[in-house]
Amino acid sequence: MTDIIGILGYLTGFAIMAIIYAIFALGLNVHWGYTGLFNIGIAGFFALGAYTSALLTTATPDPRLFEDFIFGGNLPALLGVFNLGIDLWFFIALLGAGAVCGLVALLIGFITLRLREDYLAITTLGIAESVRFIFLNEKWLANGSKGLYRIPKFLGDLVSPQNYDYLYLVVAVVILVIIYIAVERTIKSPWGRVLKAIREDEITTAASGKNVFSFKLQSFILGAMIMGIGGALYAHNIRFVDPHTFDPLLATFVIWAMLMVGGSGNNKGAILGAFVVWGIWSGTQFLPGFLSDPNFRYVMIGLLIVAVNLLRPGGILGEERKVSKLVQPPEAVSPEQ
Amino acid sequence: MATLKQQTQHLTRKWSASYSILAGLVILLLLAFLSIIKLELVVNGLFLGAIIALGAIGLSLLYSILNFAHIAHGDFMTLGAYVALFLLGTLFPSIGLEGTGFGPFTFGYPVFFALPLSILALAAVAIGLDIGIYRRLRRRNVSKVVLAMTSLGVAIALRGLVQVIWGGETWQYPRLSKPFYMLPMEVRIPPDNLFIGALAVILVLALYLFLTRTKMGKAMRATSDNMELARVSGINTEHVIWWTWAMSAALAATAGVLLAIFQAQLLPIMGWRFLIPLFAAVILGGIGNPYGALIGALIIGVASEVSTQWFNPAYKIAIAFMIMIVTLLVRPRGIFGVRE
Repeated sequence: MTDIIGILGYLTGFAIMAIIYAIFALGLNVHWGYTGLFNIGIAGFFALGAYTSALLTTATPDPRLFEDFIFGGNLPALLGVFNLGIDLWFFIALLGAGAVCGLVALLIGFITLRLREDYLAITTLGIAESVRFIFLNEKWLANGSKGLYRIPKFLGDLVSPQNYDYLYLVVAVVILVIIYIAVERTIKSPWGRVLKAIREDEITTAASGKNVFSFKLQSFILGAMIMGIGGALYAHNIRFVDPHTFDPLLATFVIWAMLMVGGSGNNKGAILGAFVVWGIWSGTQFLPGFLSDPNFRYVMIGLLIVAVNLLRPGGILGEERKVSKLVQPPEAVSPEQ
Repeated sequence: MATLKQQTQHLTRKWSASYSILAGLVILLLLAFLSIIKLELVVNGLFLGAIIALGAIGLSLLYSILNFAHIAHGDFMTLGAYVALFLLGTLFPSIGLEGTGFGPFTFGYPVFFALPLSILALAAVAIGLDIGIYRRLRRRNVSKVVLAMTSLGVAIALRGLVQVIWGGETWQYPRLSKPFYMLPMEVRIPPDNLFIGALAVILVLALYLFLTRTKMGKAMRATSDNMELARVSGINTEHVIWWTWAMSAALAATAGVLLAIFQAQLLPIMGWRFLIPLFAAVILGGIGNPYGALIGALIIGVASEVSTQWFNPAYKIAIAFMIMIVTLLVRPRGIFGVRE
């Protein structure tokens, strides 16, 4: 019996992480899959989202605990009765995380999206590294390398601590579904079709009277906000964040592998890819010999990205060709009929 | 119709070396003036800039021929440094080739054998990757962003390989500590830096002569200007591409070995961290302009060293990044870039 509970607990933890990664993959899908924006600094938005949410909700530090940082929003206590018994602070923190990431994306996007497309890649990479350095070196901001802990639990009073993961799994699923539906609807709207047009041919889109820069900027902000929410969800799951959490491998590269494997330009593919790659990632630790070497996973993730590009550019699912449910599939209008 | 000669002249103007160097010197003088208090930082910044330059020039060559952002360039540097580590630390000692403290330097004479071998190894890796991966993608006519993303995958895999073989811990080349040179105005220079500076100057000069005097160098410049036109003029652009890979990988390997000597340590992440200064230098100098990359690298090197006078040294990379952002805001095509 205890074995089964242990396995169930492991699977729940696995599923929560896969879902959080799926949210990042959805955000990246907005950037890369639909608009063709090359963001290799997901870790930056991950960290900003996680830290924003953590800072908003942890208590103001007590000097007796050897903590050096000065600000803790302490939202749960601050809201008091306005938490309405449903821990309203959690949603405020999630939105706050999204808003901060959106603002940063607005700044970066404003500088780089008018220029060559690969400038965005380098700039996002720079932001990711800078964010990590700032959180590492500015102790007053978020406790430096010791990181933030005691991040509050959402609805923590509802269930006993050993069963809490099951509750959080439900929360994560609900948020994933909300984000999935939101992205699907925006992408299938006229707005989303402009994004795809930009990805395919910027000049033609501009010639059709669309403000390419503005659309790219909006897409960049939307994707970054989704990543921020993912980061916040992560912070309240692990309930500890430190700068080392956001190293490029686990916070950027893995997510790229997920989207590429699942199928960029396909939201279902992004979610599927998150589960597949996270499954491979978690599964390799049970392999014998050098295959379980954590460093070997680096090689694997890298090769996975290269292999998808070389052998199957569409990933597992490939891109959904249908742009709108109002448009008939191409077969129906073929000349034979 | 432009003859090949006219085209070469046009290219010489595009990559005008003297103009670049002149303007760069003015900026360097300004920076030197700003930090008049600590000349030492400027001098050592120039050495760091020399290392950045070797990487950035290769990156810029790749940009100008293949027209994509080679994200794996930093990890080429890492691999180059670790190949030399294997030679210096494992292979050479086993055949009795060891030593430290050659002349005034901390490292021994085996470095002079290890460096060319590491260069050859990296050139082979680069050409192999081109045949195995990039050429296939080129033939499929994928966009440059897909090429860049593939190079991201290559970067991750290369670093993973380094970590699988050598682990995540810090390594060092066999070395012997040596006293710094004491120059006037409180300038202290680690003796190794002289080797770094001299080697960088030699390589840059050699590259300049290669690009301007040899047939392959001219073919390279023609290809960078217009690949189709170069092809119809009878230039084997595939060979040009291989030469480009080999040369930029060779420069990257050298930069990696020199960085390992400069920092007196090797880490698997050293090259990835270096990517931001590299790209900052390339963008500052103007994408696809190797001479611009050289000047950009020296500016980035000096600026990030000088910044330690006021900022936490941990922010060196952030300084390079800030310079890049300012460049993008003020003059996105870089100091010596041409309007697209």
